[in-house]
Amino acid sequence: MEASAIVRTVRERAAELLASGRVDLVIGFEQGSMPMRAAPCFVSDADGTDRLVWNSFCGVNLARFLRGRHGRIAVVAKACDTRALVELIKENQLCRTDMVVIGVPCAGMVDSAAVEEITGHAGITGVEEADGRLLLTAGGSPVSLPREDVLCRSCRRCSTRNPVICDIAVGERAPEPEIPGFLDVDQFAALPSEERRTRIEAEMKRCIRCNACRNVCPMCYCVRCFADDAFPQWVGRGGDPGSVMSFHLVRALHLAGRCVECGACERACPTGVDLGILNRRMSADVYRHFGYRPGMAPEIPSPLSTFSPGDPEDFMLEPDRGRSCGCGG
Amino acid sequence: MTTGENPSTAGWEPGIVAFLCNWCSYAGADSAGVGRHQYPSSVRIIRVPCAGRISPFFIISAFLEGADGVLVSGCHPGDCHYTSGNLIARRRFILLKSLLEHAGVEEGRLWFTWVSASEGGRFAAVVDTVTKRVRALGPASCLRRRFI
Repeated sequence: MEASAIVRTVRERAAELLASGRVDLVIGFEQGSMPMRAAPCFVSDADGTDRLVWNSFCGVNLARFLRGRHGRIAVVAKACDTRALVELIKENQLCRTDMVVIGVPCAGMVDSAAVEEITGHAGITGVEEADGRLLLTAGGSPVSLPREDVLCRSCRRCSTRNPVICDIAVGERAPEPEIPGFLDVDQFAALPSEERRTRIEAEMKRCIRCNACRNVCPMCYCVRCFADDAFPQWVGRGGDPGSVMSFHLVRALHLAGRCVECGACERACPTGVDLGILNRRMSADVYRHFGYRPGMAPEIPSPLSTFSPGDPEDFMLEPDRGRSCGCGG
Repeated sequence: MTTGENPSTAGWEPGIVAFLCNWCSYAGADSAGVGRHQYPSSVRIIRVPCAGRISPFFIISAFLEGADGVLVSGCHPGDCHYTSGNLIARRRFILLKSLLEHAGVEEGRLWFTWVSASEGGRFAAVVDTVTKRVRALGPASCLRRRFI
């Protein structure tokens, strides 16, 4: 289905839901203030559904915006949004019966920073999509790019293209790619410890502790975040390397078994930190040790809220053995 | 434990923070004393209600504040005073150890084990092993808070 047909269907369905009173609010995307930007949009009136759009720049995870709202809500959701919804339902943060999921298949979102880089940071004044290509207007001359070349990092390794939960399906099912596994994690793990440390420190050096990654994350909803605690102050507010590192380490641990790898944090990061460098390690471990992929099955409990008597123990110290054999790489 | 300037490795002794659960491992450390088992004086023990009480942040904070090694010990599986706190903690520790080593903390700085209340000898052996391994690695620098 063409993008324009998807937009039309989304608008029609949203208008029907609002007009019939089935929902009080529709959360979707509207055109942002610049080309290559789509902003979350909240529509509570059937006349306002014309604002809704759907394109390759709808990267924000809308599951972020459902918590704490009253009434029934419809959400225009791609696969990773629905995976986050599944996790939030599991954690009793959302009620499945209070939401209507308008599911849209996804072919991956485009990284606008990559587009700007390829086009040499030229001011892009217009963008259109056709046949898997982006048609850009930059400095008056048109440029055509294949979408595949400028997909977000998280979308390139994504293995879930279709909504996991869905009430109203829009468009045909997208072909599901083969699960690419954790090649990137294994390659990184094969490096010597000193090299890994240097690379992660270089990545963390770019972090300015603006907390955008946390604020945009659908799974970061603690009323009091450890990063904001002043007593005890677990991490400093500024950018000293120890504080930055521990902020990201603890965030990765808090997201272990819950992170749906939507990549919203990486897209929100103003300095382009590769946050997946830590989060992917946790995803790989959770999959390998506990056989769990977040957001795929509402009935399976979260891995860290449960246990199995046969969990791996080879990482633990047995003084008679004299050494542990390490865990996971 | 050392904070501030890098200590010279000559004559240096590691500072190891040990988080011990109240019901088994802390009592195990006690019985090591009662049984007169010798173990290195490098550990600083922090008593916690259960291994499940240990937030990964306790461990990361210990490294940040200058610990050279961290030891965590709880009840053997099946012996937990709160039934399953140690088993829930075990899952968390698998991930924490993997993440810290992924981020470049040397293998051998972070240790987990089970020690029961009667295993004074085992506690001494654990501390001995951990101290030897951490001493061989030298002072920790990876996660130390550096003020700028």
